Amino acid sequence: MTDNNINNLENTARKLRRDVISMISKAGSGHPGGSLSAADIVTALYFSVMRHDPKKPHWPDRDRFILSKGHAAPILYAALAECGYFPLEWLDTLRKAGTCLQGHTDSTLTPGVDVSAGSLGQGLSVGIGMALAAKLDRKDYHIYVLLGDGECDEGQVWEAAMFAPNYKLDNLTAIVDYNGLQLDGTTKDIMNLEPFANKWRSFNWEVMEIDGHDIAQIIDALNKAKKVTAHPVVIVAHTVKGKGVSFMENNVDFHGKAPNKAETELALKELA
Amino acid sequence: MSNPAMREAYGKALADYGAVNPAVVALDADTSSSTLSSYFASRFPTRFFNVGIAEPCMVDMSAGLALGGMLPFVNAFAALVALRALEQIRTCICYNRANVKIAASYAGVSDFKDGPTHHAITDIAIMRSLPEMTVIVPADAGEAAAFVKLIAEYDGPVYLRLNRSATQAVSQPDDNLQIGRGIVRRPGSDVTIIACGSMAGRSLQAADILAGRGVDACVLDMHTVKPLDNELILKMAGETGGVVTAEEHTVIGGLGSAVAELLAQEMPVPQACVGIKDTFACTGPDPETIMDAYGLGVRDIADAALKVMEKKIK
Repeated sequence: MTDNNINNLENTARKLRRDVISMISKAGSGHPGGSLSAADIVTALYFSVMRHDPKKPHWPDRDRFILSKGHAAPILYAALAECGYFPLEWLDTLRKAGTCLQGHTDSTLTPGVDVSAGSLGQGLSVGIGMALAAKLDRKDYHIYVLLGDGECDEGQVWEAAMFAPNYKLDNLTAIVDYNGLQLDGTTKDIMNLEPFANKWRSFNWEVMEIDGHDIAQIIDALNKAKKVTAHPVVIVAHTVKGKGVSFMENNVDFHGKAPNKAETELALKELA
Repeated sequence: MSNPAMREAYGKALADYGAVNPAVVALDADTSSSTLSSYFASRFPTRFFNVGIAEPCMVDMSAGLALGGMLPFVNAFAALVALRALEQIRTCICYNRANVKIAASYAGVSDFKDGPTHHAITDIAIMRSLPEMTVIVPADAGEAAAFVKLIAEYDGPVYLRLNRSATQAVSQPDDNLQIGRGIVRRPGSDVTIIACGSMAGRSLQAADILAGRGVDACVLDMHTVKPLDNELILKMAGETGGVVTAEEHTVIGGLGSAVAELLAQEMPVPQACVGIKDTFACTGPDPETIMDAYGLGVRDIADAALKVMEKKIK
């Protein structure tokens, strides 16, 4: 990966962040904070790492992406539109009546969305099912599941965490967007996750910890994860909620609130 | 002719169908020797996944398997899968329209010894309310076995409700079983008894009692609670002018409610609902004793039919 390539990806991530702000602003509701914290991870997946073809959203050999933290739908929609799964204009219809872009992802409506989501704690289990299907079919596609940190409060995450290593699912990579904030406050205050990486290690996962805003690091970790055999991999990506917009960064108020007109203009300026 | 337990018939049918269709996979939550998904597991060990005691994870895994092109049968106790994993069924199976079949065993009060935590008397109501879900309640072992292939070949989520034990056999070789098409088990002109599951056999017994009282009861085996066979129900309600529903389930939200929703809007006729009256049942020596004690007796069905007869407009 050359510096030039990384530069291009960073520009793409910035563009996706602008789309996130614009679409949530137009919708008048949505979750900017967790969409922005995941922007670089989603960029690395869709524009560098994943095997996929926007012209064939149902291509059986495609890598799968499950946005388990379904409230970050805007960043996925932005990436899918930028890839060409559907026209960019659709982004303006987010959360509007009759739209193909629901408040949380709907696999039956949106080209490129592999799994409907919105209720937390479930994506990793679905990903396990897909990973088993790939093995049964002797196909080499890879399954990526993006979880939120707050989401890991859900007990079902740990049911899945127990299962995947038992079945040696090395075609499954979980990424945790560890931005440290959840709806009601910091993860530290609401439900402390630490020692987080060690929790996964004790469940027999291969664990990597990275800066979730360093695209080169993200790509490197994802590529390494694909080479690990006999173990599923979890990448704990340390991120900043609201990353890229100064007044949204580490601000829990923007977990699930749309920016007003002035805030939108300011945010877009900062992301220009 | 022997009358096997419903779970036995289902378990063997699933294993047999597994040989026909290589896309079939089975999951269980540490209950395979009870649900008898063990027959499938021993024949197709690489296509069987024991998830441990983790119904929510199992249900979502099945959605992933279906989205990956497999044809998963989820096996669990009805009381657990329909409650513990309800949200997973709604979100990952129904909302994704994932092609998953849920075989919910030990339904009704058929897990008699284990008591109310193990009884499933609200599952029909719950499953029926979910968009995209088809709900099937076989009357006996023959239907349970036959439905395995039918639901496998139907594209969409299905909840197949199975009893632990044997129920009175009602099915016939020439049934021409179809999803969504009720079966006239006994023709009759005075009152229509619409039953599902174990109550189909009991309803035929009730019809015999009624015949002795000069009442000619029609008995419908309504194995598919959703989508309901509106056509057959309206036809028979019209011909007989009165309806009794009978189910091994609470009277709230199940077959009785489904029939009432239809009749209230299309053809109001007197109706009585035989079911468990909004209460927990209890541990008992066998399912039949519990059913008799909680208003599901043959006599209860016959009495309900006589009451409907009194209410009919002469």
